[in-house]
Amino acid sequence: MQIAAVFLPLLGAAIAGILAFVTPAAKESRRRIDRLAQTASCASLLLAAVAAGFVFVDVVVNKNAGTVHLLTWITSGTFEVSWALKWDTLSAVMVLMVTFVSAMIHVYSVGYMAHDGSVPRFMAYISLFTFFMLMLVTSDNLVQLFFGWEGVGLTSYLLIGFWYTRPSANAAAIKAFLVNRVGDFGFILGIFGTYVLFDSIQLDTIFAAAGGQADATMAAFGGEFHALTVICLLLFMGAMGKSAQIGLHTWLPDAMEGPTPVSALIHAATMVTAGVFMVARLSPLFEYSEVALTVVTLVGATTAIFAATVACVQTDIKRVIAYSTCSQLGYMFFACGVSAFSAGIFHLVTHAFFKSLLFLGAGSVIHAMSDEQDMRNMGGLWKMIPVTYTVMWVGSLALAGIWPFAGFYSKDIILEAAYAAHTGVGAYAFWMGIAAAFLTAFYSWRLLILTFHGTPRADERVVAHVHESPKMMLIPLIVLAAGALFTGYLGAPWFVGEGAPGFWESAILVLPAHPALENAHHVPLWVKYLPLGVGVAGIALAYIMYLLAPGLPGAVLARFRGVHRFLVHKWYFDELYDAVFVRPAFYLGRQFWKVGDGALIDGLGPDGLAAATVDIARRGGRLQSGLVYHYAFAMLIGVVLLISWYFLVQAG
Amino acid sequence: MTGFPILSLITFLPLLGAFLVLTIRGDAALVARNARFVALWASGVTFVMSLFLWIGFDTTTAEFQFQDRMEWMPAFKISYHLGVDGISMLFVLLSTLLTPICILASWESIKVRVKEYMVAFLVMETMMVGMFSALDIILFYVFFEGVLIPMFLIIGVWGGPRRVYAAFKFFLFTLVGSVLMLLAILAMYFVAGTASIPELMRFGFPTGMQTWLWLAFLASFAVKLPMWPVHTWLPDAHVEAPTAGSVILAGVLLKFGAYGFLRFSLPMFPDATVAFTPLIYALSIIAVIYTSLVALAQEDMKKLIAYSSVAHMGFVTVGTFTLTVQGIEGAIFQSLSHGIVSGALFLVVGVVYDRVHSREIATYEGLVHRMPAYGLVFMLFMLASVGLPGTSGFIGEILILVGAFQANTWVAALTATGLVLGAIYMLYLYRRVVFGKLTKEDLKKLLDLSPREMAVFAPLIVLVFVMGIYPGPFLDVMHVSVDNLINSIEVARAGAGNVALVGR
Repeated sequence: MQIAAVFLPLLGAAIAGILAFVTPAAKESRRRIDRLAQTASCASLLLAAVAAGFVFVDVVVNKNAGTVHLLTWITSGTFEVSWALKWDTLSAVMVLMVTFVSAMIHVYSVGYMAHDGSVPRFMAYISLFTFFMLMLVTSDNLVQLFFGWEGVGLTSYLLIGFWYTRPSANAAAIKAFLVNRVGDFGFILGIFGTYVLFDSIQLDTIFAAAGGQADATMAAFGGEFHALTVICLLLFMGAMGKSAQIGLHTWLPDAMEGPTPVSALIHAATMVTAGVFMVARLSPLFEYSEVALTVVTLVGATTAIFAATVACVQTDIKRVIAYSTCSQLGYMFFACGVSAFSAGIFHLVTHAFFKSLLFLGAGSVIHAMSDEQDMRNMGGLWKMIPVTYTVMWVGSLALAGIWPFAGFYSKDIILEAAYAAHTGVGAYAFWMGIAAAFLTAFYSWRLLILTFHGTPRADERVVAHVHESPKMMLIPLIVLAAGALFTGYLGAPWFVGEGAPGFWESAILVLPAHPALENAHHVPLWVKYLPLGVGVAGIALAYIMYLLAPGLPGAVLARFRGVHRFLVHKWYFDELYDAVFVRPAFYLGRQFWKVGDGALIDGLGPDGLAAATVDIARRGGRLQSGLVYHYAFAMLIGVVLLISWYFLVQAG
Repeated sequence: MTGFPILSLITFLPLLGAFLVLTIRGDAALVARNARFVALWASGVTFVMSLFLWIGFDTTTAEFQFQDRMEWMPAFKISYHLGVDGISMLFVLLSTLLTPICILASWESIKVRVKEYMVAFLVMETMMVGMFSALDIILFYVFFEGVLIPMFLIIGVWGGPRRVYAAFKFFLFTLVGSVLMLLAILAMYFVAGTASIPELMRFGFPTGMQTWLWLAFLASFAVKLPMWPVHTWLPDAHVEAPTAGSVILAGVLLKFGAYGFLRFSLPMFPDATVAFTPLIYALSIIAVIYTSLVALAQEDMKKLIAYSSVAHMGFVTVGTFTLTVQGIEGAIFQSLSHGIVSGALFLVVGVVYDRVHSREIATYEGLVHRMPAYGLVFMLFMLASVGLPGTSGFIGEILILVGAFQANTWVAALTATGLVLGAIYMLYLYRRVVFGKLTKEDLKKLLDLSPREMAVFAPLIVLVFVMGIYPGPFLDVMHVSVDNLINSIEVARAGAGNVALVGR
């Protein structure tokens, strides 16, 4: 069961992958191949989800946590790594969530990608992705975690660039891979640091030893630093890349070039949350480093507000949701930063449902609008696609944190924990979170109103073609909508409520010095109601600006043109990176090649020597005039010089 | 030792094959056909024989195994002496694996002087295997230099338009380095009074002398490896060499330098090794960053991969000089992995070169439309090249960096930038060649991989994944020998009054 849950998606990927190379000419047999690939991958995922359900019951309810050893991987000196599956509450929750959401998205893809030319390839990629994600969350050591980490990065790259004839898709794919690699650079150094400190990279071993190394220092980068801080900060760099936190976030909006189911699965529900998972998984390390926790809080809170501001001015429906994802990931991080790891994971799970719902709903809109993604060309769609409209409402209510939808429970507990941390950064995170919650509600309803209400702004032909999506797409939407409705209410007591200690067991460590989550239940009433209040206010503002007073956005824009430009350009991160990294890299490469290798090394080295040799030979040749007296004269001069030199030396 | 001279057999079987090829007479087409088959059989049988080295290898001892010894010039105490240990054994297998693959890869692309071409390859195989298994320093030098001749001919006769320039550049660079090494070898021979490598390892040269010997060996190994700034012969040689020549060049010949450091510099001159480690680090880090950036600017596919080789070999030198178990095992592993991966990448370029006769990246676009299997194969090796976990490239890189982090965190961090930079130029290359629209007329008629080409790639693909997912059988071979190497350095250092400078 435990192996089936993880490896069934790999099997599905293999079958679909082989089918991708079977390309019969006849259209009918091609359809049959597509059908086969879809069936194989969906079946394997659904079965994996069922298996994950059994494992969840076994691990969480029957308390059968443990590790399944599969195969030895690397052994070199004391550096030992195995392929293994670690089962505890954290991994069981993640596996259940990943397989379930992935199964839904597999089914949805059958409908969404029906007209695509390479269905088997798509199914193979998303199944393969799911496998890597499962290897990531069940890892019992840092290197296997890194394997899954880079594996999901690879499949993300493949899926963003799925439509490889589009230059923009290829560019976005490469950007995603590279920005993640920058993060992974830190991650891998963090792994080495862990090994040097603990002489192991086995999670159980390092967790057991972490307390003993709480005050250890490490010589690194020319100084002597608190060892766990160095390690945690390096590892966190990887988390920032994968979870698109400020600074390393630039790839996520561009990743929307991929097909929409990919955005839902990878760039909302699962892969991008891997960073949060990693921090929670490594809570026994992060807990011993105040500095690292502070950094996590600051980065998370700043990302939450930054991405929310940018989301307010985007016009591409998917980019709004992408920035929203970025912002919500910020919430999860600052939850971890104030030691409310379980609240972060709780939000991760509820977010997986409502955000994949929003993406798939957006996909349904795009599908209906004949691949139009710009909200300025939408409007008035609600009567034409009522089911999509309804589920988008459900998703938005959950995202905005309105009772009793899932986001209400998970976002509130995060904000309360941030407040209850009673630290400077905690307060910063709280207020940034409140501001971002306001903006979240605002941009969500801006999206809803621009897309579904008002007069249709699209081409008549497009409008005439608008249609509700097929059942294969609607069923997953409804299932996920149910998740967005109930996971919060049902999960809260276990994830963050009174059942939490028995639920989590030893999967997450919180030191007694960090009681933010416990205190969160005893915060003043205004703290409890403020998130809901600003959410409602944000919704109201969106109605005023986009429905009641349509002239208002234009007026605001005219008043704050500079701010608007700053936001539209996404705080100028892309421009900055292009100027600081991309162009100099190409410039340096060319210079090193032409000047360094060409002019200097070869010019002074082999080519220079060769040229000099030829030159000397040629000059020498010129001396050979063939006239005897020239030679005689030369000899005479030689003799004179020799004698002079002899006497000079003798005399000296 | 074993009684049966298996190592000598593996070494000279290809030479025997070369003689057989030479005796083929008759109609030109028939000669070419027979030459190909004889060469393939000779190298194939050699490979199968070499597998017995691995099967029979005793992983519990650091001693040289499968030793063959005969008097050669008894008056000068120079003997014919072969043997392998955990450091050299897998290099022998790398050589015997890549040769038949190269012969198969040259099946159709080489049309002129096929007989001579096959002779050159078989002679080269003998030289390579001999080089990795020689236990007499004079014998080693003969093989080490002997390799130059067939490779010089392969580039100079079957190469591209600038082949003569490239061949001479290759020859001169390597020869200049080797001459200094020959002087050092003679000096060692006269001081120690023996040419036996195991005895030289135990001899213990005076510290002052070590410096000069170490530098002389560096001159040769740095060129072979190649290290920055003596790497400029490599891109030219690769560009002009025929595909299979590039494969052997990148796959095996570059490893001569890595192997040389492990066999000579580290165990014989430990004091100098420790003293010069900062120099090696500096040159390696420059190699990683500088050549990665240069690779980014390339317009020629083979040049790009050639520069990437320099960067990857920079990892190898870092790992070697960390003098840690992980660093050295990683360096050996990375050498093997790079031999397979970069060899395969040159084959990947060769596939389209055979069809279109251009190495310019701009010639290509959207190949995946016509050649999906090719796209997949290219993708796999690209990923192995960027060191994705699960492929062979990752194991070598992570072990090297683990070693480096223990020795010096800055070195580890700067070397690790290669992970990012390597991904940039490979993904960028792949995007330009394989992805995109298929608009160019001459590319629209391309055929996907033929069964012969798939047969060439299949063993390499399997190896990339086996080495990446279950590297145990490869690493197990190295453990004892590497431990022994590190211990002997520590002992020598302690004996010379220098206390524990080795790693941490």
